[in-house]
Amino acid sequence: MSEEKYFKTLKDLPKEELFVQGHRACSGCGEAIAVRHIMKAIGPNCIVISPTGCLEVVSSPYPYTSWAVPWYHVAFENAASVASGVEAALKVLMRKGVLEKKKIHVVAIAGDGGTVDIGFQALSGALERGHGFAYICLDNEAYMNTGIQRSGATPYGAWTTTSAVGKAIRGKVQWKKNMPAIVASHGIPYVATACPAYPVDLVNKVKRAVEIEGPAYVHVLTPCVPGWRIPSNISIKVARLAVQTGIFPLYEIKDGKLTLTVKVPKRKHVKEYLKLQGRFAHLTDEEIEKIQERVDRESESLGLGPRA
Amino acid sequence: MAKRIALECSHAISLAVKLANVDVIAAYPITPQTHIVERLSEYVADGELDAEYINVESEHSAMSACIGASAVGARCFTATAGQGLALMHEMLFIAAGNRLPIVMAVANRCLSPNLSIWGDQSDMMASKDCGWIQMYGENAQEVFDLTLQAFRIAEDERVLLPVAVNFDGFYVTHVIESLTVLEQEEVNRFLPPRRKAKYTLHPDNPTTWGPIGLPDIQTELKYQLEKAIQNSKKVIKEVWREYGEISGRYYDVFEPYRLEDAEVAILMMGGHCGTARIAVDRLREKGLKVGLIKLRLFRPFPFEELVEATKHLKALAVVDKAFSPGGFGGPIFSEVRSAFYDLDVKPRIVGFIAGLGGRDIRVDEFMGLAEKVLRGEKIEKNYVFLQVRE
Repeated sequence: MSEEKYFKTLKDLPKEELFVQGHRACSGCGEAIAVRHIMKAIGPNCIVISPTGCLEVVSSPYPYTSWAVPWYHVAFENAASVASGVEAALKVLMRKGVLEKKKIHVVAIAGDGGTVDIGFQALSGALERGHGFAYICLDNEAYMNTGIQRSGATPYGAWTTTSAVGKAIRGKVQWKKNMPAIVASHGIPYVATACPAYPVDLVNKVKRAVEIEGPAYVHVLTPCVPGWRIPSNISIKVARLAVQTGIFPLYEIKDGKLTLTVKVPKRKHVKEYLKLQGRFAHLTDEEIEKIQERVDRESESLGLGPRA
Repeated sequence: MAKRIALECSHAISLAVKLANVDVIAAYPITPQTHIVERLSEYVADGELDAEYINVESEHSAMSACIGASAVGARCFTATAGQGLALMHEMLFIAAGNRLPIVMAVANRCLSPNLSIWGDQSDMMASKDCGWIQMYGENAQEVFDLTLQAFRIAEDERVLLPVAVNFDGFYVTHVIESLTVLEQEEVNRFLPPRRKAKYTLHPDNPTTWGPIGLPDIQTELKYQLEKAIQNSKKVIKEVWREYGEISGRYYDVFEPYRLEDAEVAILMMGGHCGTARIAVDRLREKGLKVGLIKLRLFRPFPFEELVEATKHLKALAVVDKAFSPGGFGGPIFSEVRSAFYDLDVKPRIVGFIAGLGGRDIRVDEFMGLAEKVLRGEKIEKNYVFLQVRE
């Protein structure tokens, strides 16, 4: 961490659950584990906007809800626009004395499809306008809610139901969209990456994102048990390997300055990460090396350590 | 004291929005809506209106931002036209279904292709089933009044529905007219300067909005919306009565012109009613008993009132500035025919589709169609495209 930590260990997190039990997420769902911690970091004084996706579906089957905070799902592509309206309304209603003046965190919690694809324009617009809100992307690297279809966040080579593995084409042929870098190029005050395998790092980043003035963005890698074709008891292990291989580096960009928050002095080979997941089972050694070469290049530019 | 001024019709709407003391404006520019939101930007910049003005990056986001802001309890306004309304389409249903009292001005514009910035009513008619209360104005006075009334109607606890105030692109939006405006104190008496919202998103009372609706609940939810918009007609009439007492201008679901002894009436919405009135006068001079019904409220549709007021007629000539390709004529025509279906004795109802893509409907064209109907001329399928060059 580049500065003081809000939480030194997970024991520092509030006991109170704001994303409560009873939701219908799969066992081992990386997203549900992350959101539970994220909500503890944000605290009760917030309004959460979620677009359509796994999180919305598993947490809100009417008349049940897992949300102990005000929560609003509107549609798929507009979490950032709805959050813009919420933030603007709070500002003006507090200015006019209709609402008591106090900081209410406006937070959008979205999936990768709702962020990097269909919600991209709305997010870019909201960032450019400088609304005071935090946008958290829970990236499980495909449209898991609709049945594991490929998104712009799906990594190279991955099998999905719309990037099938066949004789002519073997999984996704394009690379993953680098969303944190795109967001950072808007010049907003805070951008970070995180994952539930490093929960203390995650909660501190979320807390910083909601405390900072102006827009903030946290991109969280959240393994998906059915979509990544992994057993439900290794989702955290897989998330940790994503970091330790350099595939998903953990950093924050504050006022334009990038700092690695989890150092990886000896990067593991990407195959340790890929081999655990059924979605990569078809990859040849050659294809794996192609991925390794790209990760090496990116790791070097970020200042991660050499490969072990 | 009410004062009489001259304003462009678009600016009449902007002024009403300022007098309504809105909290949040979210808008994206599109011709011919721009003058409304430009003037609002000036009001905010000059400090005359204390509102958050969100320069969204699309109409979809305009409505989305209004939805978010309205859910927090803000009084919200947006304006759009044509393609912009089409892009908003998905959000229109959510604004209505979530019972958010957003007010929107629609500068009616033809939908593409070809790209046409000019007026017809195909934009709103393609969104007629979105659950919004939909009104159509003809001139600066009417759109000013309807906009103020829209906030009162939308926010009434018995209604809680968004309202669209429609007016024709260019033919109305860009015309400078004289109108009588209300003073701020008069507006404040009619429309409380602050919206009172019973249910809002706030940490003091956490609520879940927009959950996933399984089949065992969705039918009831949809039925509630139907009940709400049907019931809103009573409140709309109540608000119009009250506004009449303040302003001296009384509104109703439609406005008849020389209808009492008419044999045939033209029925339509919007700015071309002015031209139709001239046609009616000229036909009267020729001794022909023709009248006009200017329809103001399209949703909820005033079925009973319309039947009651027109059942004595021999024929109704419905003029639609929109149509449903492959369907049965124009949307107003379809509604009017449905309204009369159960009556044993009813007027002949014929449809004319005209004024598409900004094509003017001239006085002689209105006269011609009324005379055609008066003569009892046969019209195949009972509706016809009036202005098509073969």
